[in-house]
This record gives sequence, structure tokens and C-alpha cells, in this order.
Amino acid sequence: MATFKKYWKNEAELSSDSEMITKLQNDEFVDRLPENHFLEEKEVLESSETTRRDFLKYVGFSTAAASLAACEGPVIKSIPYVVQPEKIIPGVANFYATTIADGFDFASILIKTREGRPIKVENNSDALVRGGANARVQASVLSMYDSLRFQGPVQNGENVSWSQLDESVTEQLTALRDSNSPVVLLTQTFASPTTAKIIGDFQEKFPNVRHITYDAISESAALDAFSMAYGSRALPSYDFSKAEVIVSFGADFLGDWQGGGFSSAYTQNRVPNKVNGKATMSKHFQFEANMSLSGANADKRIPLTPSQQKLALAKLYGYITGTTVVANLPQAAEVQLKKAATQIKRAGKKGLLVTGLNDVNAQLIALAINDYLQSEAVDTQVHNLVRQGNDAEVTQLIKDLNSGAVKGILMAGVNPAYTLSESKAFLEGLQKASLSVSFSMKNDETAQASQWVATSPHYLESWGDTEFNSGNYGLTQPTIRPLFDTRQFQDSLLKWTGSQNTYYQSIKNYWKRSILEGNSWSKVLHDGFLNTPKKASTTSFNATVSSAISQLTQSKSKGLELVLYSKTGLGDGQQANNPWLQELPDPITRVSWDNYLTVSKSDAASLGLTNENVADGALNGNFAKVSANGTSVVVPVLIQPGQAKGSVGLAFGYGKTTGIKEEMKVGVNAYALYSNFNQVQEVSIESVEGTHEFACVQLHNTLMGRGDIVKETSLEIFNTKDVEYWNPIPKVSLNHVETPVNSPDVDLWDEFDRSIGHHFNLSIDLNACTGCGACVIACHAENNVPVVGKHEIRKSRDMHWLRIDRYYSSEDSFEKDLETKEGIDGLGASLTTFGEMEDPSENPQVIFQPVMCQHCNHAPCETVCPVAATAHGRQGQNQMAYNRCVGTRYCANNCPYKVRRFNWFLYNENDEFDYHMNNDLGRMVLNPDVVVRSRGVMEKCSLCIQKTQKTILDAKLEGRTIKDGEFQTACSSACDNGAMIFGDINDKESKVSKLKESDRKYHLLEYVGTKPNVVYQAKVRNTDS
Amino acid sequence: MRKVLKRNSASIPLYFLLFICFFFSGSMLAQDIDKGKSLFNSQCAACHKLKKKAVGPALAGVTAKYDREWLYSWIKNSAAMIKAGDPQAVAIWEEYNKTAMNAFPQLSNEDIDNILAYTDYTPPAPEMPAQAASTGGSTDSGFTSDIILAMLALVLAVLIVMLFLVNKTLRKFAVANGLEEAQAQKEKRLPLWKAYVQNQFLVFLTVIFLLLSSAYFAYGWLMQIGVDQGYMPIQPIHYSHKIHAGDNQIECKYCHSSARVSKHSGIPSLNVCMNCHKNIADYNGEEDLEKGYTKEFYTAEIKKLYKAVGWDEENQRYTGKTEPVKWVRIHNLPDFVYFNHAQHVSVAGVDCQKCHGPVEEMEILYQHSSLTMGWCINCHRETNVQVKDNEYYTKIHEELSKKYGVEKLTAAQMGGLECGKCHY
Repeated sequence: MATFKKYWKNEAELSSDSEMITKLQNDEFVDRLPENHFLEEKEVLESSETTRRDFLKYVGFSTAAASLAACEGPVIKSIPYVVQPEKIIPGVANFYATTIADGFDFASILIKTREGRPIKVENNSDALVRGGANARVQASVLSMYDSLRFQGPVQNGENVSWSQLDESVTEQLTALRDSNSPVVLLTQTFASPTTAKIIGDFQEKFPNVRHITYDAISESAALDAFSMAYGSRALPSYDFSKAEVIVSFGADFLGDWQGGGFSSAYTQNRVPNKVNGKATMSKHFQFEANMSLSGANADKRIPLTPSQQKLALAKLYGYITGTTVVANLPQAAEVQLKKAATQIKRAGKKGLLVTGLNDVNAQLIALAINDYLQSEAVDTQVHNLVRQGNDAEVTQLIKDLNSGAVKGILMAGVNPAYTLSESKAFLEGLQKASLSVSFSMKNDETAQASQWVATSPHYLESWGDTEFNSGNYGLTQPTIRPLFDTRQFQDSLLKWTGSQNTYYQSIKNYWKRSILEGNSWSKVLHDGFLNTPKKASTTSFNATVSSAISQLTQSKSKGLELVLYSKTGLGDGQQANNPWLQELPDPITRVSWDNYLTVSKSDAASLGLTNENVADGALNGNFAKVSANGTSVVVPVLIQPGQAKGSVGLAFGYGKTTGIKEEMKVGVNAYALYSNFNQVQEVSIESVEGTHEFACVQLHNTLMGRGDIVKETSLEIFNTKDVEYWNPIPKVSLNHVETPVNSPDVDLWDEFDRSIGHHFNLSIDLNACTGCGACVIACHAENNVPVVGKHEIRKSRDMHWLRIDRYYSSEDSFEKDLETKEGIDGLGASLTTFGEMEDPSENPQVIFQPVMCQHCNHAPCETVCPVAATAHGRQGQNQMAYNRCVGTRYCANNCPYKVRRFNWFLYNENDEFDYHMNNDLGRMVLNPDVVVRSRGVMEKCSLCIQKTQKTILDAKLEGRTIKDGEFQTACSSACDNGAMIFGDINDKESKVSKLKESDRKYHLLEYVGTKPNVVYQAKVRNTDS
Repeated sequence: MRKVLKRNSASIPLYFLLFICFFFSGSMLAQDIDKGKSLFNSQCAACHKLKKKAVGPALAGVTAKYDREWLYSWIKNSAAMIKAGDPQAVAIWEEYNKTAMNAFPQLSNEDIDNILAYTDYTPPAPEMPAQAASTGGSTDSGFTSDIILAMLALVLAVLIVMLFLVNKTLRKFAVANGLEEAQAQKEKRLPLWKAYVQNQFLVFLTVIFLLLSSAYFAYGWLMQIGVDQGYMPIQPIHYSHKIHAGDNQIECKYCHSSARVSKHSGIPSLNVCMNCHKNIADYNGEEDLEKGYTKEFYTAEIKKLYKAVGWDEENQRYTGKTEPVKWVRIHNLPDFVYFNHAQHVSVAGVDCQKCHGPVEEMEILYQHSSLTMGWCINCHRETNVQVKDNEYYTKIHEELSKKYGVEKLTAAQMGGLECGKCHY
């Protein structure tokens, strides 16, 4: 069976007389191998005395020598102070009270410093006004250590000295004054009495200077409406804790509406506490287009486009006052509007109406309704001063710059080249000005286009004062020496005015003269705030509303309505170069590192836009081209449940191009579409080629009626039914008998005695949690949690120790989901029904649930670790010894809560992860009490053991017992809504031990029997009636 | 050694004689000078030195410069003199940066005479005693041990020679008596190593033994990687804990004050050094000539401190030019270990020496303990918690002692062995 098959590689081989054949008989290859090519220096090689063997010897020796040398330990230098400051003890943190007032966020805060370095922001819980820090304020400490900051004054991109700058600028200012050419001072809202005085003095010396206040995201309509109704251009102040019925038309007051800061007052009335067996809580209606935090927390959310909201607002006015207003609304909205009207009317003084529509008529009606109700929640005599921008003046400024009517411009705290929709016209005008000075910290779009940059310091290096609202002040004090050669805007003005005073002296003088009124300066500086309640002598509501009503009823929209909004993470975009904020997932969409167009499901279908989940669970989306007023941007599309049909949403703050690291250049600039400072724009949308890859930490599926993950009920049931009915303890089968899971007979393990010493528990109240994300950033800062970047997040490798899960319902409410689930009959039905239940409804209910390590007393992770790297402490904490961990990741697989995080890479000092931990400046923010984890180890929430141990040590040093409230975690102290309460349950009087026994308490996946030390309080919604 | 010994023995009577002379000559002036010395040390030495400028001028020979009556009134109340415009008084006040001298109204004229007698007194140069002090002591024991060693060596050598001789003689006798046969028989015996090689079982045992022992030593060697016990780096300033904590009995926490309240014991900032060294510019304590630790050497180290802190000794003022000292850190715990000094020093009342060893005897500081986890844990197992008079512990102590049935609780029973207490 011999075969005579001939295999050939080349046709030439077939002819026997081929040259090739003969050659192949002798050589392996037809052509000579090109060894000369890589042995080019053949002669040198041949003449060398080093043989191959010698070479190998050298290699071997040097490798051995290098590895031996590496055994030597490094020499560590310790450099003590020459003269140690009295207040600084190495290893002990100092706290300073200060105030952030960056034009967008205003808050009274405490700064934790270690060895003179600010490392963390804490709430100033003593402050009566704005004592809470939101996510951006929490993250602001990292923005100080921004490696892209200017290190000194700059002229046209060249470094100069301050004296050069002062000389030239004053010379030019004087020349402009002498020729009587107008100069504009364009600033953020400072709300600073001393700054106002300094600007006044400056204008006295240079009468040609006009001051314009500019807010990147405008509240002009509200200011103008208030001025029409009450005669002064300001905002009223609101106290949501006094409101029993809240109706909001597009006002995201849990977000950044009118400067934000309302959430802690709002949540006071949102927790149902039973008094005489009956609990009450406020009722919240939200009419809005985008799904906002406020909408997600509302008892009833009605999706309406902005033009519909105007109609609804006008109609509501009609219902309340009893006048007839004719407007057409969708049936469902009409029903809810009537309900809202009756309830707010019934509430009377306890009712509150707010609107975020940037429309003077709408704002006027809101004021009129509150006036009609005599609402106690609104105080028109205490003015909220944190938004003072004037759009009309800014628009005029752009014209003046281009026409040459304004010859010089000074800009402080603003970045108009980025935040103006007419930024192109502005930049052209800026080039025409003979003097342009930007007081900027970074090389942003405006600084780049300005002749001079009078580099200003970060607020943590600055002095300052702020009047949050009438008579309520905050002081800003430096918490570190200026890192660079910077000077505050106010100091520059003082210098140019010819004053010998520094800004600090000016503040002190001004306060002594006009504000302190006998209070001690040192005490105010120590506390960081001063409350001297003052009432403005505002006249009563005095405006005609009929024309406003008729204009509102005219409102309609031809195309899709784009609603621009500010995101929890980036806000107005000032801190876009802050990796903590970029990586913070949006509370609603759970997308990080991006902005996107939120579109309702039905609109997406009609426009041909889709979202899809790829195989690894990541989310992809189409691109859409959004055009309005001749401007268009291409943005990725995210289908958002609850988005009002006919509306789309897009967030500000992204798409920066300068003064920002390459990794942080994400998203598109939504300000381009923000024409006429109107957050609502009529747009046309078309689908564009391409797929965008989102970094989304949670997909948009629902709970499918699984009530054991989040528990919720309605106020009526909570008040009338037994706890067994709405919050039953899960039962498991023991010897074919249904037994409660917390019964000791069910337990696989013996109980460990934890009654002695401390036993920590954390209670999370889902009623008080608004999903704001401040705790996530606080955890980041406290525990040196690394930033991993967009691509790693997309691979589900996020490192957040604390996440806030957001769940949608597939019906209108979670209760209906449950009913649907219970109603499933048979396998076929279950397959189809569950499939349907995965999708959230058009207007789903939303629930937030912060999840961190649950610190199970019977922890599944502990039993599977092959090296005992994770073990349980007597104090209830599930401890993780990083140095012991070998990275098998078995624990993460066995964790039912998916809270363990694996270090896939070395995230510090690694150019692949060029965030704050990759430069010396950024690493200054690290908490020296917590180790920076290395590659290959597992990490997770420790219940801030470094903080509890510190509290214990302080008590031991002082020889005293520990009071309730002293124990805190980073998240619990960051939450000014009171959603997170931490403490010792062995102290029977502590808040947390009472919460552990409350009716609403439940454990996450309780039937697993893990006995967690984190306890949740079930959500109660005020949905009935 | 012998040379020294000779001179030493010869110098003893001489030294004695000199000492007696000195003693008597001293006692003649004693009334003035001894009292003056103690007064000077208690009242003046904070600001004045004999031969050097300090806060105030050097006082040696001050009687030659000023009238004695003037000195009386100056010392009793200098401020009044300056106010009165005494030209000499104003001149000296201005020379010393307008720092007023304290008034000493409590000193009598006699006291002042005594002080001035002390400042004028020049003690005779104590050359000989210095020699005696430096060479005495240890030489005696050195001599005897050397002799004994030499004698022993001699005896041994004699023994060896004797044995050799005996052996030689015996052999001769054996040859003479014809005892060669026994030797021939012996040659047939297998050499020991061959026998060993042929015995496979023995070879196997040896190999196993060698493998095990090398594994044991390799393990031991590997375990000491990163353990820097005995680490004794050269520091930028030769700071002797022996002089400070030993000879001068300075309490550890005077300089390492943050150990009381902080996790760090803290290297003292240089202003703490200057609390004393503003006045102590020269070293006058014991010397160790063998190692080269002379007075000049120590004084030069103090000058290094002055340079670092920017202290102008001449004018007694800070120049503002500082050069922070870059000490080499000796006790290093890895980043993943949290250690708090305050917990151990203030709460537990552990002596510094327990971990840091006899620091007061260390001329150059070294790492006394291994600082390994096993070392920490052992101590936590053995040490009782100081629960007395600490209200924090009252309740927990009561409950825990009931649980464990003991009166005293160790740190381990208190939870001091949990991973998370030190690793986070």
C-alpha cells in the first residue's frame, strides 16, 4: 500500500531539472538566510575576545549579583522639623473649619490635615447653614493636588514674576482709566461681603470698571422673578423640613437646584417615625423630564417635558387659586396634578412648590403659589445669596467685547471660554481686548486665551468669607501654605488699588467693623461660621401673574426638548480633572467617565437608537447628533427609564480640552448647546454611525420583584398592618418545617460571644438615603481607594468599597412587580414573564441602596480563604490582612454581596494608571493611617477600623468611656441626611442598637444566614391617597 | 602593654602626691571658690559661661574690667542702672541685643565676692590625672590573663613534646622487640571512606541529613530577610544616646514627646535640641579614646547641630539658614503594619527599653528587637493590660475576667491578636 502521492510546495518543484530542486537537495532553504543582516558587524564580532561561553558567564554573574544586591534593604531617611510648629504633632490629625465657595458649591466644612497636609473633607455638623458636603465638595481636596496647576503667574504662556505682572497690568489699567475705556470685571458668585467691598474700592480707583457676576449654570430667571415680585434681586431661602407636601416642577433640589444644600432638611420629614402608633412623612410630587435625584426620591414622579411642565404649573395655579386655566395635559399627568393640587392646598402653610424651569413666568408663578399658600417653608426675607449671576449682562459683554466697547477684561473664578455657548464669539472678542487677565488655577480654556494669568490658589490655601444667606456667614481659612507661587484674586485687586492691606487683614477689619457685632473673631475662625439672623425688609408679593399664566399656557414644543442638567459628579465642570469625581458612577444611570444623551425608550425606538449589553456585561450605545440653533454635537445615547417622552437630557461639565489630563478628556461639552442660558432647548436628533463603549457599573435591569434585596412598603401599610406582613423574616425549611432564618436551630455555626467590648453595627436608612454619592467619595478619600479608569470600570474592575445600587421597578411600582412575580404560573409563563420583568417600565420607581461589606458574623468569605487572610474580629468587623492575601479570589466568589475588590494591577506609581496616585503631588492626599494596597490582593470595606481604633485609643488615653456618636465611619460621617448611623450595639442606649431592633430593619439577603453587621431600614413610600 | 604598665605603676605615687598638694591648695581658697562655684552654677550658668560668650558675656576676668562696687550694683539691679543711664551699663546692654539681665537682689556682697573669686580662679592644668585616668583600670586584668594564657601554651607545648618523645621511644622499643606483624595485618583493612561509600544506607542517611539541615539553614536565612535586628547605620550627626539618656539621665519622652499622644515616637525637632544646647556648646564629659570619641569629637558634633539649626554661636542668635538633618531611620515597620506608640507608652505604660533595648547604653543607636510579627504577638500574649485607674477598661475588664476566670487579662485576651488591630 505504498503511496506515490507527491506533496509539493512550489510549482517549480515539479520539474525535475529545476535549479531549485538541486539546491534543496543540499540545503534546507532555497535562499541563504539573511544572517548577515542581523550579524552586520561581523568583523567586530569575530575580533571580540568574548566567547559565547564567557558571555553567558557574565550574564549569569551579573544576574546573581543584581539579585544579591537587591536583598539589601533600602535606607529610609527621616527628616524632622527644624522648628516644629506648636500645633502639629506628627501622626495626629488637626481639623480646621473652613468654607468652600467656588461659585457652584458653597458649604461650611472641616478639613482634616495630617502633618500640615489637608487629606479629607468632613461635614461641619455644628454649622446651621450648609453644613453638609456633597460629593464634589468631598472630592475638592484632591483638586488642590492637581498636577496640572499653574505654578506661578503667566504672560502669554511664559512664566513671569508677580512684580512684572503687577507693573504691566496696573500700567494698562491706568492707561485704560485715563482714556476712559470701559473695563469689565467678570467674576463667579462670591457671596463674599469683603470681596464686594474690595471690588467697590477697586471701582472707586478705576471708575471705568464694571462688575458682572456670571454663573456658569444660570439661575437668572429665578432671580429676576424674585426681583419682580419682591423688589430685590436674590433667591428666597427654603426649609424643606417645614414642608409636608412638596410639589416640584423640574427642580432637582436634591441636586444643584439654586445652589443645592437642601437634602438634609428634606430628609428630616422623609423618615417615618411612629408617634402614638401612627407615622407621618412628607409627600413629594415631582414633575420632571430627566430622571433626577429628586425624581428618584419622590413619592410620585410624573414625567413631563418642560413645555408640559409649564402647562401643568399654570394649571396647578388655577386649581389652587380657583381660577380657570385651560391647557391640555396627558391624562395620567392630569390625574396626578389634581391630586397634587388638592394635597398642597390641604397642606396650606405646610405646602411648598418649587420649580427649576429657567423661565421668569414659571418662577413667578411658583412664588405666587407659595405666597398664596403662605408657605412656612419659604422665607422671602432671608435671601439665598449663592447664585447672583446676570445673563443679560454677560450677553451684552460678548457684544461689547466684539464691538470694542469693552477694552479690558478681568476674569475671576469663571471659565467663560468653556462655559459659554457663544464661546467662539467670546474668544474673538477677548482677542480684541487690549488687556485680558484671568485669575485661574489651571491652564483652562479662558486662561489659555488671556494675556495674563494671575495664578490663584485653591480654596484650601486661601482666606475668604461668604454670606450664604442673609446674616449667615462662613469663613475660609488656609489649611496649608500655598503649594505654588500663587496670589488670591482679592489680594491682587488690593494691590492694584494701592492698598497696603492683605485680603486677610481686609476680612478681619471688615468683620470687626460690620459683621462680628461683639462676637469673637477667633471663635468664628475656629467654628468656621457665624449666624446673626437678619431679615431683609422685603415687601410682600407684588406682581401680576395673569400675563405669566397666559404666557405659560402658550408654551409648546415643535421638536424634541433637550434638558441640560448638572451631574452629581462633575457639576459645572470645574473639577473635571478630579479622577475621584470622574470615576463616581452617576446615581441614576450608574455610568462613570462619561456624559451622554438620555432618551426615553419610545423616542429611542422611533429614532432608531439602541443600547446593548455585550457579552462581558458591559454597555454599548449608539451615537446621536444633537443640533440646535446651528450648533451640533455628537453624543452617545443612553436609554433612560423614566425620561419624559419628547425630551432628552445631557449633562454639563464634560468635554474639557485644556488643563486636563488625557484620561479625563471624556464626554462632550454640553455648554455648546446652552444658548441664551436656557437649560431647555428645542433640538433635532439623528442617529450617527458608530458604537460608544460606556463604563457602567450597574445595568438598567430591574429587581424582577425580588423583595429580599430591597424591602419597601407604603406608608398606609406601614401604619396599619403588622410588621409580619410588610417586613417578614425569611423562612427556611428545617426538617420540613418552615423556620425563621434567625432561629439558632437553623444555624450551621456556633455563635461567638460578642457581648463584651464593642460590637459595631451600621444602620442604613433607605428612606433617608437620597443617593447623593457623598459617602462614596468620602470612602475613597479615607481609605486610599485607587482610581482604575474607564476601561477597567468597563470590565467590572471598579474598586469602590462602597457602591450605591440603584434599582428600577418593571411596573410602575415595586409592589406591582411583586404581584406579577407571585402571579406567575408554570414554567412557560415564568420564562416569558421574567423576561419581560427584566425591563424597567417607562416611569419606574427608583430605590437606592448603599452596599459595602456587610461584615457578616457568619461570613462566607472567611471560611474559604486558604491562607486565613480574612478573619473576624470580636468587634464585629470582618478584617482583611492584605499582607497575608495571596489573591486566590475565592472569597470574592463566595461573597453573596459582591463587595470584595481585587487589585488586578498596581494602581499607584504606575504610568498605565496616570491618576493622582501616579504623581508626588496627588499622593499627598493619601491617608497615612491606611495602607496603599499592592497588586494581587483583595480589599474591601473595613468599617473604617482605623477610625474606630482611633476613637478607642483616644478614650483609653483620656481614661473614659465612649459616648454614642463618637464612633464613626467615613460614610456615616459624610452623610448629613442621617441615612447612615454607626455605633456600638453593646451600648444599649446607642442609636444604632435601637435601629437594629426597629420594625423596618432587615438584612440584605437575610435567608442566606450570614448575619451581617450592616442593617438596613426598609423604605416606606408615601404613595397612598 | 608592658610599657604602659611600667609607667603606670611608677606614676601612681606621683599622682597621689600631686593630688594631695592640689587638695590642700584648694582647701585654702575653698571658702570663696567652692561657694562661688555653686552660686555661679545655680544663678549665673543659665546665661553666662566662664570663657565664652553665651546669652551674656564671658565672666572670667570680669573683675579686671569693672569696678567692684559697680559690679555689686549691676548684679543686684542692672535695669535700674541702664535706666539711670550709666554709660558702662548702657554699653553692655546694647552689645547684647538689649537683653536685660535678671536682677539678683537676694545676693549679698559676700556672695558676689565668692562668685567673682570663682570666675577669676584658674585651676592648675590637670595633665597627669588625665593620663592616669585614661590608662588605669582594665590593664591589670589584661596582664594576668595574658600571662596565664602564655603559661598554658607553654605547658601544652611541653606536653606535646613529651608525648612525641614517649611515642618515639616506644616505637623504638617495639621495633627492637620485633612487633612488625601486627602492622602488616592492619593494612588489609578497608579505608573508612571506602567502607562508607559502599554502605548505601549510610550514604542515603547522610544525604537526607544534609538536605534537611540545608533546608533548615536556608529557611533560617530566608526568615531573616527584612529583619534588621542590630541595624546600626551611621547617622549624619553622631548623637550618643548614652550621653543623653545614660550619663545625663534625660527622660526619653522629653525629646520623643509625641510618643505619648501619637502613633509616631517622633524624632525631636531641632528646636528641642536647642533647649539645652543653646548653653551646652562644648562637651565636657567622659571620653572614649580607643574609639576616638574625644571631647573635640563630641564638640564638633554639637557644631554640626548648630549648623543645621542655623545658630550663630558668636553672636548668640539664629541666622535663619537651616539645613534639616537627614537622619537614617532605624526602626522600620512595613506599610501594612499599624503601630501606635501612644497605645503602648501612655495606655499600657510599657518602658521604651522593652522594645528598644538599653538605649541609655548605646553610643550608636541600633535596632535591639527583631520587630517581627512573632515578637509582637509573644508580647501581646504575655503582657497584662494596665486596667487600673482607666475608666475605659472598667466594664470590659469586669466582664472579661469573669469570662476567662482570671483577674489579670493579657493583651491577647483583650483582642490584641486580631489581624485587623494592626493590619489595615
